[in-house]
Amino acid sequence: MDLDPLLLGAAPAKGKRPWFFSDPDVERLLNVVMALAMELAVTRQRLDALERLLEARALLPREAIEGFAPSPEAERERQLMLREFQIRLLRIFLQDAQRERTPAESIERIMKELAEGSGP
Amino acid sequence: MLRRNMSDLSSVSIPPPPPSWRHVGRHGVFPAAGHDDTARFDFLANLNSLLASEVLPRVRDAYERRAVPAYTEAHGHPPRDRREAHEALKGERLWQTFSALRRCSMEMRQQTGRTLVLKQLPELIAKAHAYNEGASTLKLDPTIEQPRYASAVDIHCMPGGYHAELVPDDVSAGANYDSGLFATTAGMLGRFSDGGGRAVAAWLKREYPDFRPRRILDVGCTIGHNVVPLAQAFPEAEVIAVDTAAPVLRYGHARARSLGVHNLTFMQANAEALPFPDQYFDLVTSAMFWHETSAKALPRILKEIGRVLAPGGLTLHLEQPQYTPEMPLFEQAMRDWDAYYNNEPFWSVMHELDLKRMLLEAGFRGEDYFETTIRALVDRELFPEAGQGQEDYGRTPMWIAFGAWKRG
Repeated sequence: MDLDPLLLGAAPAKGKRPWFFSDPDVERLLNVVMALAMELAVTRQRLDALERLLEARALLPREAIEGFAPSPEAERERQLMLREFQIRLLRIFLQDAQRERTPAESIERIMKELAEGSGP
Repeated sequence: MLRRNMSDLSSVSIPPPPPSWRHVGRHGVFPAAGHDDTARFDFLANLNSLLASEVLPRVRDAYERRAVPAYTEAHGHPPRDRREAHEALKGERLWQTFSALRRCSMEMRQQTGRTLVLKQLPELIAKAHAYNEGASTLKLDPTIEQPRYASAVDIHCMPGGYHAELVPDDVSAGANYDSGLFATTAGMLGRFSDGGGRAVAAWLKREYPDFRPRRILDVGCTIGHNVVPLAQAFPEAEVIAVDTAAPVLRYGHARARSLGVHNLTFMQANAEALPFPDQYFDLVTSAMFWHETSAKALPRILKEIGRVLAPGGLTLHLEQPQYTPEMPLFEQAMRDWDAYYNNEPFWSVMHELDLKRMLLEAGFRGEDYFETTIRALVDRELFPEAGQGQEDYGRTPMWIAFGAWKRG
C-alpha cells in the first residue's frame, strides 16, 4: 500500500473552509497553537501514566516527585532551564521589545545605500 | 483545572469530566489505539465540553448584550429570524473565538481519527475481510452512484465523506467515523455510540409491546450503529440496512458480525430507489439521516418508504429538534452552526420543514402521524454519577422521534 497515512490523515475536507477571525493568519496560528496544546497534553498524560506506573511497581513513590528537593546546583540548572524555555517561547515578543529600544532601518534603505555608486 | 469564579470560593466545583475515550466500545474491527491516541481524543472531548459549558453561555450573553443592539443599530430592527441572528453573531468577537476553536477541534478530530486508522489500514481491511468474506449479509453494488447530497461537500468535514475509497476494500471512512463519534459527543451516545438506536428500541418495546416487525429496514445506516440495537431487540426479524457508501457498509457489517448480530444485512442502495418489493417491511427507520439528504431527495425517499412499508407497518425517524417559533433565535442560530461550519448543508432547511406535511405528501395520513421526544439512556457504566452533559446545540443526545403508521 503506497499511502502516506500522516499526510492523508491531514487531508482537507471538500468544501470551502470558513475563517472566523478578521485576519485568517491569526486563526491559522490559533490552529498551530491548539495542535501544540494537544501534543503537550498528550505528553503530560504520558508522564502521568509513567509516574503512576512507577508508583504502582513501588519503584518511585509519587511524593518523591511532589516533594522533590533538588540540590542547590540542580535547582540552579532547573531555573535556567525555565528561563531558556521561556526565551525560546517568547522570542518574537522579546525581539519586538528590543527593536522598540533601537529602531532598525529598513533593508530597502540599506540596499539603496550600499548600491550607491554602482552602475548608471 | 478550571476554577469557575474565584470571588465565590464557596461554590468552587469541578464539573464531571467527559468519560475517557479509553471506555469506547471495542469490537472486532475497531481500530487499535495506544496511549497517545486515547490522550488526543480525551483532549478533544474536554475541549468540546469546555467550549460548551464555559464559552457558549458567554456567547449567549454577548449576543444579548452586544450583538443584538449592534444589529438593531445597523438594521433598524433586532434579528427577526435565525439567519439574521447568525448575521448578528458574525461580528461578535466571542462567537468568532468559539467558532474558530470549534472548527479547529472538528478538524483535529478528523486528523486524529484518520491518522490512527490509516496507519493500520491494511490490518483493518484484513479484519473486516475475515468477517465479510463470502457473507450473504453484505451486498455491495458498485453501480450505485453517490447522490449529490452526499458528495457536494465532505459531511462533518470528514475528508472523503462516507464514500471515498483510498484502496480497494477500503473501510477507513467507517473506522474513522466510529473512532471519533465517542469523543465528539463526549460519550453521551454510549460506549458504542448507539444511544439513539437503543432509545428507539426501548421506546418501541414500551409503547407498542405487541409490535413484532417481521422485516425492518434502516435507511442511511452508515456504520449501522443505530440499527444494531434494533436487530438485537427484534432477533426474529430480518433486518436490512442500506446506504450508498461502500466503506461504511463493509465496516458496519464486520462490526455487527463481531458484535454477534447475524439477522442484519448491509446493502449498498440508494433510498430514492429502494430495491425491494412493495409492502415488504413492517418497520422502516432512520437516525439522523433526514438532515444529510436534500429537498429533492427527501420526498422521493419518503415515497419509497411508503411504498415498501406493509399495511399496519410503522416508519420512525430520529432527528435533532426542529426550529419552532418558541425556540430562542440564539439557540436556532447556534444549532445552525453545523450547517454552515461543519459541512451539513441541508441541516438548516431540514430543521424548518413541517415533518408531518412531509409524511402526508408521501402518502401517510395526518391522524397516523406522531411525534415524541427521546433522550439517550445515559450509560451508567460511563456516567456513574448520573452525569448529564451540558447543552451543546446540535450534539446533545436528545432527539425527536417522529413518523407514522401505515393504515391497513
